[in-house]
Amino acid sequence: MLVQDIMKTDVITLNSTDTIADAVQLMKEKRIRHIPIVEDGQLKGLVTDRDVKEASPSSISERLEPALYETPLDKIMKTDLLIGHPRDFVEEAALMFYTYEIGCLPIVSNYQLVGILTKTDLLYNYIELTGANQPSSHLQIRVPNKPGILYEVSKVFHDHNSNVLSVLVYPYQDSEEYKILAFRVKRMNPLPIIDDLKAQGFEVLWPGQPEMGV
Amino acid sequence: MKKQASFIFSPDQLNYEFSDTHPFNQKRIILTMDLLNELHTIDPDEIVTPRTATDEELLLAHDAKYIEIVKKASKGEVSENIGSIYGIGTEDTPFFTGMHDASALLVGGTLTAIDEVMEGRSRYALNLGGGLHHGFQGKASGFCIYNDSSVAIKYLQKKYGARVLYVDTDAHHGDGVQWTFYDDPDVCTFSIHETGRYLFPGTGNVTERGNGKGYGTSFNFPIDAFTEDESFLHIYRTALREVAEYFKPDVILTQNGADAHYLDPLTHLYSTMKIYEEIPKLAKEIADEYCDGKWIAIGGGGYDIWRVVPRAWSLLWLTMKSIPVPTGRLPQAWLDKYQPESPVTLIETWQDPADLYEPVPRKSDINEKNEQMLTRALHVIRKG
Repeated sequence: MLVQDIMKTDVITLNSTDTIADAVQLMKEKRIRHIPIVEDGQLKGLVTDRDVKEASPSSISERLEPALYETPLDKIMKTDLLIGHPRDFVEEAALMFYTYEIGCLPIVSNYQLVGILTKTDLLYNYIELTGANQPSSHLQIRVPNKPGILYEVSKVFHDHNSNVLSVLVYPYQDSEEYKILAFRVKRMNPLPIIDDLKAQGFEVLWPGQPEMGV
Repeated sequence: MKKQASFIFSPDQLNYEFSDTHPFNQKRIILTMDLLNELHTIDPDEIVTPRTATDEELLLAHDAKYIEIVKKASKGEVSENIGSIYGIGTEDTPFFTGMHDASALLVGGTLTAIDEVMEGRSRYALNLGGGLHHGFQGKASGFCIYNDSSVAIKYLQKKYGARVLYVDTDAHHGDGVQWTFYDDPDVCTFSIHETGRYLFPGTGNVTERGNGKGYGTSFNFPIDAFTEDESFLHIYRTALREVAEYFKPDVILTQNGADAHYLDPLTHLYSTMKIYEEIPKLAKEIADEYCDGKWIAIGGGGYDIWRVVPRAWSLLWLTMKSIPVPTGRLPQAWLDKYQPESPVTLIETWQDPADLYEPVPRKSDINEKNEQMLTRALHVIRKG
């Protein structure tokens, strides 16, 4: 998936001559924490809620000195920026967020600001990737760590005409000889699939079936 | 004279049948009725024949296009490709001949139950054929074609102008009903269920609280897999008491899925018959306290139809009739009649054996996690 598929394109921006007061008001009004600073569509800088707080003389008082309030944003904005491209992979962007501990990534194409990606966007994308937002059952299967195994397992789902919403592959913590496959499948009764998986020798870790009594 | 309770039943309710091997099996209703009859607890004049919901009534909560597709599918005129767009013809919710009529009858049964109570013929009413809480406006899901609860609540609003508290104790989240009334401040949906982290439908998080004017009238209590009686009942009691006090309903509709039991094949909760003794007891208390007794109960999930559902659903009816929970052995005639037919050994007593399952090693973690969930779920009420 590409950044252009999940980025926000109606970006709320300000000019470098706008003031801290403008930024504070806009952040409050639009409930945002990052404002790209733009001249003629080109990205010049970025002001975050943290920049605004750091410019404030007191951490106790929320109120700024009137003069400070009128400071233009080019005095406080960050200019040494990390940027992304609309055709970057989402996972590359996610790695930048993690590595550089950033909260947002302006997306630039042809020197123009075309979008913005925030941590929240990435998180929602992750939720969608797991399929957790659609009616589904979850299965976990322990499989040998060898090529072609995903095909063998997913063939069972195919044979049951089951719509798989997501597949995640996890390492198996106790041994490198195995992996865990986590499927989200669009059905309420996964028992026929589980029976078939077991019949073909796969170990279904979740769900387990209760047996009667001790 | 006003009856204490009405039992909505017709053998035609068994026509809602996907196949011989499908887990949703309405034979549960017959097994339950037979058990109650052995106890001589259903008077013939308490049995009320359900009517079929009209198209106009179904339209209260379903799209015209969807109803049309279900009607066509009833006659085998829908391809699998088209059907799957509407959630039918799938492995979960396969096509079957007459599926429209069978589904509309289950909805009509719940409407019949409502009229019994709202028109004052009966104090309480039970329709075990209902409880199809996964049905959506334009789509079938999770064994449910038409959503009798959604139609019934709209009907209660339109015909009787009532504020409705919907209480769903099925182990699966009551998603179809929740989303139908997500924006509606006059309908409160309450669902206690196994967490959607692993279990279908995956929704029902505490953060789903309603939207717009309906914010704060949707309540979810997702409990952990392997939750046992004590924690389940603590969450249910605390939550339902506080939600009822906060919402002040005119009428209560309870969905009584019996699939939170340890033996249920589709879920992973570790409850016993104990919760099915307590669930209806509290529902009745709340109805008497807030709604002048107006309580309509419907069925729901329940996939161990031999060992679990008949006992659990019998307790629902006995509670409505104010008959104390029975103890000791089930009627021998019932056991003799059904043991030969049952693929599993029946449980022969009203209460489950004490050693039904092995102790759960993570019990204290699970209880603690449920407790924390409860606090988060009730935050909206408690902060005020």
